[in-house]
Amino acid sequence: MKAFSYERVSDPAQAAARAAEVPGAKFIAGGTNLLDLMKHEIEIPQHLIDVGGTGLDDIAPTDEGGLRIGALVSNAALSADARVRKDYAVLSRALVSGASGQLRNKATTGGNLLQRTRCPYFYDTGMPCNKRSPGAGCAALGEGATTRQLGIIGTSDACIATHPSDMAVALRVLDAEVETVTPTGETRRLTLEEFYQLPGDTPEVENALEQGEMITAVVLPAPVEGRHVYYKVRDRASYAFALVSVALIQTPDGTGRVALGGVAPKPWRRDEADALLPQGASAVMERLLDGARPTQENAYKLTLAERTLAALLAQE
Amino acid sequence: MDFNQSTEDNLFDHARIIGKPHARIDGLLKVTGRAPYAYERHDVVANQLVGYPVCATIARGKITHMDASAARAAPGVAAVITTLELEPLARADSNVAHLFGGATVEHYHQAIAVVVAGTLEQARGAASLIDVRYEEAPGVFDLEDAWSRLQNTSEPIAHIGDVDAAFDAAPMTLDETYRTASQSHAMMEPHASIVDWSDGGQMTVWTSNQMIEWTRQALATTFDIDADRIRLESPYVGGGFGGKLWLRADAVLAALGSRETGRPVKVALPRPMIFNNATHRSGTIQRLRIAAGSDGKITAFDHSAISHTLPGGSGEDAVNQTRCFYAGENRRVAHHPIDMGLPESADMRAPGEASGLAVLEIAMDEMAEKLGMDPVAFRILNDTQVNPEEPSKPFTERHFVECLRKGADTFGWAKRNLKPGGQREGQWLIGHGMAGAYRGAPTMTSGARVRLQNGRLIVETDMTDIGTGSYTILSQTAAETMGMEMGDVEVRLGNSAYPTSSGSGGQFGATSATAGVYAACVALQAQIAKRLNVDEARFENGRVVAGQLDLALADVADGEEIVAEDTINFGDFKDELEIGTFGAHFVEVAVNAYTGETRVRRMLAVCDAGRILNPITARSQVIGGMTMGVGAALTEGMSVDTERGFFVNHDLAGYEVAVHADIPEQEVIFLDTTDAASSPLKAKGVGELGICGVAAAIGNAIYNATGVRIREYPMTLDRIIEQLPAA
Repeated sequence: MKAFSYERVSDPAQAAARAAEVPGAKFIAGGTNLLDLMKHEIEIPQHLIDVGGTGLDDIAPTDEGGLRIGALVSNAALSADARVRKDYAVLSRALVSGASGQLRNKATTGGNLLQRTRCPYFYDTGMPCNKRSPGAGCAALGEGATTRQLGIIGTSDACIATHPSDMAVALRVLDAEVETVTPTGETRRLTLEEFYQLPGDTPEVENALEQGEMITAVVLPAPVEGRHVYYKVRDRASYAFALVSVALIQTPDGTGRVALGGVAPKPWRRDEADALLPQGASAVMERLLDGARPTQENAYKLTLAERTLAALLAQE
Repeated sequence: MDFNQSTEDNLFDHARIIGKPHARIDGLLKVTGRAPYAYERHDVVANQLVGYPVCATIARGKITHMDASAARAAPGVAAVITTLELEPLARADSNVAHLFGGATVEHYHQAIAVVVAGTLEQARGAASLIDVRYEEAPGVFDLEDAWSRLQNTSEPIAHIGDVDAAFDAAPMTLDETYRTASQSHAMMEPHASIVDWSDGGQMTVWTSNQMIEWTRQALATTFDIDADRIRLESPYVGGGFGGKLWLRADAVLAALGSRETGRPVKVALPRPMIFNNATHRSGTIQRLRIAAGSDGKITAFDHSAISHTLPGGSGEDAVNQTRCFYAGENRRVAHHPIDMGLPESADMRAPGEASGLAVLEIAMDEMAEKLGMDPVAFRILNDTQVNPEEPSKPFTERHFVECLRKGADTFGWAKRNLKPGGQREGQWLIGHGMAGAYRGAPTMTSGARVRLQNGRLIVETDMTDIGTGSYTILSQTAAETMGMEMGDVEVRLGNSAYPTSSGSGGQFGATSATAGVYAACVALQAQIAKRLNVDEARFENGRVVAGQLDLALADVADGEEIVAEDTINFGDFKDELEIGTFGAHFVEVAVNAYTGETRVRRMLAVCDAGRILNPITARSQVIGGMTMGVGAALTEGMSVDTERGFFVNHDLAGYEVAVHADIPEQEVIFLDTTDAASSPLKAKGVGELGICGVAAAIGNAIYNATGVRIREYPMTLDRIIEQLPAA
């Protein structure tokens, strides 16, 4: 790990201002991902701004009938919140399918959104990776590469990594918004669709945050009626990243919404695919995964996504 | 003590302590964090520095340039030693790749430098400042290519009878090809050593190693010094599974760092380096043919396999068990180790057997189905009591049929659904499968020293406890032999100052080391008898009794210490016998009808392994093997980048071992057997038997659940899903 300087701040706007002004600064909250990445020297911040004391750890009702989740609310607290469990069960279910109890105690809502990919080539600093070192090339796109876990859609010729968050997939299906504070103290609201960026030829840019801009909250709209399901398909029963995950909200008339995890550089959802839900899993996936460019090793994810949604639709 | 013939009735047949359940005596130390593991031995020597390894990032080639000046100038750095500064260090017999020195890169993540600093983070931070340039050399990394080029070209290890004629004549034959994955030991404690070689004279090594004497000799060879100058301690080992049989880079780098800095240096291999830097079980491709008569009797086996190895290594011999597990007059087995540029393949728990039985026992299931036979009945029919290659060689004790019958009965095998895909609970397909298990029961020369001090007995041997229960069973053995209680026995292990033992490996440790301790205790008894001037004495209740004499052991030496040492030597009479351990595994799985996810629901093992020295620690060994078998079947596989030549998923996030949620109800039954030809205790090992056949039982259960026959491990859902019937 490279040496770094460290400060604590007590105010989100102050944090954002400091992060914009100090070169090589990064925020740290739970640190469950960042510290690992620093140990591997995948992330090498020169300065850490600890936002743990900024007080953003409330879950509060909004005037619109939704919930405003402070960026520092832990994944454990969020998943256990009675309002979340009752009205946003897909979120609760997604959270508890991720990581482990210990990690969820420490990991925060804001940090979860910002976690980096688990592509094995991103983690191996001996390998070229455009996300880690822009322009270096992508070992995962090599002839003999291991790509079983990697993305099938939304990827590019520069990067085929996926976003690993379960929580974000549930937030996407709930139409949640990310609230931020900019270095000049202004508040911004971004939908998750706006928040996450596809790799294109700049895979190092993963979201729409400006230098210094800090997530302060995630805002859930009023509860979405229907059956809330999150199913994470993985090789072992626990403590593994998704091969494919499906977040589904389905109303009794058969309409609803679907988002996928484990297939793309961001939670994957298309309104046009949602509209096909009454026609079943095959119709939805044909639209949702239209344009997919799987590798030979991960083409199974196309079948898996469809069959997983079919399983959830059959559960009633 | 020489063990030159089968044991008669002896004290262990009337045991008070041996064979009884005893919780492991080191358990409290372990669960309270007080068992000292190598990297945490802060107290053994002052002024320790920390070394961090730097590893090659190409698979093959030469280092053309290394500049460590920035690293040397980094904060806290005491020394940087690069591989270019040394000639290649001598290679011990047990190592295939060089561990350090010279410009040649033989495999990915080969150690090429060590940075020594005051703290781990200082060393790690400086490590990445070393500028390394390479000239890459082409390599061969794809076992599939080798298979298509080389299958059927190797000389058979054994060719008995006329295999081709048997296949021509057989009414029923099977011919299938299977693949097993390369696997990592993934033991909890990484390879770690503290080495004090400050003055370049005496070298003291606190390490985590299964084989003290092998490793001491390997260090002597590596550094070209007298082994007598080296002392090794490894009293607690957080798992080995064969990965710590040998000297590895941690101890070598720590020794170099200590010599350079004049201070003790500790080095642990970081987890992401272990997979490519250290050893692993090679993947295999195996073709298995079976011929049988319409009566179900096997007439021929033809088993050929390839595995990968660095040039000079031996790979994973997956065909060996096929030579004598089942009857059949004709057989041909061939193993072709392929020279490849992947990291060093070597032994991992049941080396060869685990991969071979993972395949043979699926083939047996497939053959039983072709014959329309129950797979249990098919195996019973083809049991043999002699080595089929050498019918004059009998199995000493082989109760495989009893394992099968007992297992089938206990598991409720007869009640299972017979039609593949025919049992469903909700969205899950339920299936049952079974497999046979067979693993040899080798023994090794093993020594021990015992000290009687005022009625307390101290046992010293360089035997290791790698989580297996050695402390406990050796205490039981000594207490039993000396007529003492376990509380009056102290066992000291894993130190080169103690007599050389078998060490832990190959399922020989428990059998051999208990026999060595027994021999030392018998020598002590002789000394006591001599001191008391009696020809024969009984040792019971902490006393020695001879005729009129009845003396507490505390009183036999007037406060002096009596020391006795002996070694058990196993005679070559064993060469005329087949000594093995046997088992039967039964499992129930659920396979998601939509996604193809497999979850194991129930496991049963029935084991025939001679006298079970301690049913608690033996059960732990077997369920550990079963758990590893679940990993082998369902998740554990090191993925090869066939262009860049390395194992890609080289951490515990990418290489998935079973977690608690994967492991269901596990039941283990030990048959009440003894094997008088094995050792004075009539015991055999179980540590490797437990994994043998497990993966195949799961594969067979997946077939029963889904009707999909998977012939490639691990049986992840992507290998199932395209063949799954509509849900």
